Amino acid sequence: MGGATGGVPVGVTAAMVSPAGQLRSAVGRFGVYGGRYVPETLMAALEELEAAYAEAQKDPAFQAELDDLLHNYCGRPTPLYYAKRLSENLGGAKIYFKREDLLHTGAHKINNALGQGLLAQRMGKKRIIAETGAGQHGVATATVCALLGMECVIYMGEEDMRRQEPNVYRMRLLGAEVRGVSAGSATLKDAISEAMRDWVTNVRSTFYILGSALGAHPYPMMVRDFHRVISREAKKQILEQEGKLPTAIVACVGGGSNAIGAFYEFIDDANVQLIGVEAGGRGTAVGEHAARFMKNGGGSPGVLQGTYSYVLQDEAGQIALTHSVSAGLDYASVGPEHAMLHDSGRATYTLATDDEALKAVVTLARTEGILPALESAHAVAEAIKLAPKMAKTDVLMVNLSGRGDKDMGILVKELDLKRVEAKG
Amino acid sequence: MPIEFKKKPGLVAYLTAGDPDLATTRDIALAAIDNGADVIELGVPFSDPLADGPVIQRASERAVAKGTTLTDVLALAKEIRAARPQAGLILFSYLNPVLRLGMKDFCARAAEAGADGVLLTDMIVEEAGEYLEAMNANKLAPVFLAAPTSPDVRLKAIAEASQGFVYAISRVGITGTQSSLTGDASQVVTRLRQFTELPIAVGFGISNAQHVRAVGEFADAAVVGSALVQLIEKTPRGQEAEAVGRFVAELRG
Repeated sequence: MGGATGGVPVGVTAAMVSPAGQLRSAVGRFGVYGGRYVPETLMAALEELEAAYAEAQKDPAFQAELDDLLHNYCGRPTPLYYAKRLSENLGGAKIYFKREDLLHTGAHKINNALGQGLLAQRMGKKRIIAETGAGQHGVATATVCALLGMECVIYMGEEDMRRQEPNVYRMRLLGAEVRGVSAGSATLKDAISEAMRDWVTNVRSTFYILGSALGAHPYPMMVRDFHRVISREAKKQILEQEGKLPTAIVACVGGGSNAIGAFYEFIDDANVQLIGVEAGGRGTAVGEHAARFMKNGGGSPGVLQGTYSYVLQDEAGQIALTHSVSAGLDYASVGPEHAMLHDSGRATYTLATDDEALKAVVTLARTEGILPALESAHAVAEAIKLAPKMAKTDVLMVNLSGRGDKDMGILVKELDLKRVEAKG
Repeated sequence: MPIEFKKKPGLVAYLTAGDPDLATTRDIALAAIDNGADVIELGVPFSDPLADGPVIQRASERAVAKGTTLTDVLALAKEIRAARPQAGLILFSYLNPVLRLGMKDFCARAAEAGADGVLLTDMIVEEAGEYLEAMNANKLAPVFLAAPTSPDVRLKAIAEASQGFVYAISRVGITGTQSSLTGDASQVVTRLRQFTELPIAVGFGISNAQHVRAVGEFADAAVVGSALVQLIEKTPRGQEAEAVGRFVAELRG
């Protein structure tokens, strides 16, 4: 185990078809969502990328190289860890953590950055650009560029550079150039726009390693495919450890890459509940949260940055500002496949507030000795709410998408300011 | 009011509506028309203009901050149409504000306002089914962008889907001024010409009279955007229309 392919057939057709063989999307569509809404200048590059990706998927050598690096360089497979103390304290379901936080660079992001980096190398592109919110995708991309000897430019909102400063230093240490973006709210959305402006300008030489299951086709599909390894491993592991599938899987949803990776191989297992957790921020008014699926929260279908999905926007179609204590969830739109899963009811989406996420960090740190990223802490917060309502025979799997070292500055400030009390 | 470029090269003037305010945009548009602009592209300001450079980004930000909406821009289009029945008038927008209003509703209201056509920056021909249907139902001209990176097969589809004129992007990149034109511009026009009899307008980086003349060597019209928007930004309040009028006259030579 530990490969990106496992025993599941891959290829363009397989990528568009669910594991049960049901047609899921024809032209980069997830139900009505997805598609391609970009300036014409990018279309040739997207078509080139789509063709190169399809070809790479069919090439056993590409898959073998990716599998080898995921195993020997990144540390896959990641453990599926039974959190005994936390489960017992909560008095309900058995909680398992899929430990993506233990991957090289500290988050699931490396799965995709490595896949796209190898693809860029295969396409002969020497210059890499990427956006980053929390800095985890930026660090993963900078790491892959160092490994493969490629030039790397990372766009990051200035607000995010401030609050995730350790990751800025990590990227620079790895040899990447970090370019601050001051437009808009100076967060992830603005970093993506600036990365797209760079790509449209340098499209002939540059590969854009998009970090979430967002953007124009083929990105949402390709990013999802590179993260499918999470659920492929988890399914095998939970069957080994529990002899049954989980009752529910919980993952945080910013753009939605870790969540779609954790959900994907379970989509056709109708009895497995899929629960995405959005950032509830500090209030329900537009601008105070990043919960695209929240009722009356300002989210509705629209087009942002290349894809048709749920978008937080005003009545005139201007994109709303967002807030979350976690930079990685602080985004006005969401991956189009999640929009489809939301509408069909196959997955449900809930939220955790800033305070709940901060509290969950402390709880997990003191109960299990695990310091989760603030993003992942949103999923932990939901598990803390949910587990006590479940039976002791139920299994609740949480995708622990990243580790929290990067958040130390925020934690020191927020926990002190807000005096969050945590019970060990 | 068919889109016509009587004197070659024709001139298309892009303005971000609502910068500095809607009434001034109207005065600027009229001054541009009176001094020789054949077509006004009325830009709908958007919060996230990812195809635009810093000049139009700043203008959009100012206009959005003032609360300028697509509905306001439609009302402005109607005023310009009433004041200058002979000028070409194109609505230029990112897709999301249009989707929010509703594609059919938007096209009906654009036609009612007297617009001749529409250009949606992030709408590619493959996704345009519903859009083209609503445009045709309202006898509006869809104008698509053609890029130097577009292969011939795409240029053909773009030429076939466009009416009024085709907008050829002069170079890879975002909007903004530049000191000289690249070879990309004439190449994309030459390749487009194989597929269409429609006028071809060249835009992105066309900043002065010399550029306009250079475009006239190989295309039917030049689109001037960022240079105008930058002039509006730099000009003291109240003098924008006059300044733009003078600049357009200069571009016309």
